[in-house]
Amino acid sequence: MLRDKDRYLNILLISPSILAILIFVYAFIGWSVRVSLSKWKGLSADYTWNGIQNYLDLFADPRFQIDIRNTLIFTGVFVIGSILLGFTLAVMLDQGLKGESFFRSLFLFPMAISYIVTGVVWRWLMNPAGGSRTSGLNLLFTNMGLDSLVNQWHTTPTWGIAAIALAAIWQMSGYTMALYLAGLRAIPEDLKEAARIDGANELQIYRHIMLPLLSPVTLSALIILGHMSLKVFDLIVAIAGKQLPLDVPAIYMWQITFDGLFYGRGAAVGVLLLISIAVLIIPYIRYTTKIEAEQ
Amino acid sequence: MKTQLRLGKYWLYIPLILMSIFYLLPMYIIIITGFKSFAEIDLKTMWDLPHGIAFDNYIEAYSKLAPSLWNSFAMVIPAALISSILGSVNGYILAKWRFRGADVIFPFILFGMFIPYQSILIPLVQFMNMVGIKGLPGLAMAHIIYGIPITTLTFRNYYASLPQELLEAAKIDGADMLGIYRYILLPISMPSFVVVLIWQFTSAWNDFLFAVVLTGNSDWPITVALNNMAGSQIISWNVQMAGSLLAALPTLLVYIFLGRYFLRGLLAGSLKG
Repeated sequence: MLRDKDRYLNILLISPSILAILIFVYAFIGWSVRVSLSKWKGLSADYTWNGIQNYLDLFADPRFQIDIRNTLIFTGVFVIGSILLGFTLAVMLDQGLKGESFFRSLFLFPMAISYIVTGVVWRWLMNPAGGSRTSGLNLLFTNMGLDSLVNQWHTTPTWGIAAIALAAIWQMSGYTMALYLAGLRAIPEDLKEAARIDGANELQIYRHIMLPLLSPVTLSALIILGHMSLKVFDLIVAIAGKQLPLDVPAIYMWQITFDGLFYGRGAAVGVLLLISIAVLIIPYIRYTTKIEAEQ
Repeated sequence: MKTQLRLGKYWLYIPLILMSIFYLLPMYIIIITGFKSFAEIDLKTMWDLPHGIAFDNYIEAYSKLAPSLWNSFAMVIPAALISSILGSVNGYILAKWRFRGADVIFPFILFGMFIPYQSILIPLVQFMNMVGIKGLPGLAMAHIIYGIPITTLTFRNYYASLPQELLEAAKIDGADMLGIYRYILLPISMPSFVVVLIWQFTSAWNDFLFAVVLTGNSDWPITVALNNMAGSQIISWNVQMAGSLLAALPTLLVYIFLGRYFLRGLLAGSLKG
């Protein structure tokens, strides 16, 4: 009796959430796909069939080619930088030093701040103005006699986006550190002890024992950081506004849809972003839920 | 060998302190600039400490940003509360009252937390206009719904870690599903609620994309208002810095006082509950 009543009750209680996800995630994705295949341009909706024309236009647009280049550079610098820095910090903090939790909190605090705040501050730190108007990090470098470090930051041709990745590393490397630190803590102390008895030094222990055992963490970090790079948006808007040399697909989509009213093409950008992220995330979700089921 | 190792460890403070400087540099600029008087403001001396403590910049920034700060609070608090409650109920059901197909549905819910919102942005705006939910309520609704995956995940992982015997014992005593939730699980769920509330508070407070497409200038939350302030030519950089601190303060305070819970939310976001 009781069990039957509860069997319906559980479905009843969870169904509003499932319905919301069904509509706001899956139906909306379908809707976006439909818009991307339409001629919709302008304020009023127009679902006239347009085949894959929007996608063809997109790839023919030089601006979208800049976007792809920028995304590749940003992803490379951001993901590699965050992983190297995050791993190094985690190993240093794993040595049982005094003040460990202080450093850990310090490296992690940028995670609590919005990309907009980070962007507004870094925009002034990376002020490219020269001569008597030199300021920010360039001024700091000049004062310290490190003139060779003075540079154009995000206004550097082609590689400017790497400067944005630097601000993103500032924000996200602490998170990567936390992932690695949790991974390191999960490795039993006996393993390290056994290796030490066998005569391995600390460096060898990390290289040959810890690093292989941490490969699931590295995989998670790669996927999480990689999918964040594909989505990067507000950080660039706050640092550089809508400048073409620093354009990425997320900004292109926002601008071409809501400023330019090219709804069809904007939807196509959204769908392409979704596909590129799904390729990373779906295997990841399957992998983690499978691991969990085995446990 | 042992002493050599110990000595080696202390060298680590050098890179750690250097890295601390890297992480604190932006905060240093924000804070010292904020406390300078207008007379002291000059890009050439931006790294110098202030001569005294003045509040000119904060007063100016607050007068410009106050309405959006309150908009953010008005939107974020209900959004965080409601999505946490939904997550708790969903997590309870998915962990302890599974129905046929629950294991298939869960990954589909999870996928929702990774999608690029650009892929649902046009339908979202169209839908909100269609049903007539505009401005802050619409924004809160978006944060509630797109928050369901992560809140459900966190609670599900927590409830799944509780022994089944706990429920069986209560069932023998005659408790039904809601009774077990209300009298057994809810009282021990507070740490998870804190984790999820902090996470939702932080991500809704810091969001820019939904805010910029769903609100207009009368109900901009803080991120949009700050970004517009930074983009305007007439508001000087020192006021922007002070504004940044005002915008960051609520989430920073949460982090400073509840950092432990913040970290747990962070790790849950990588599906590692």
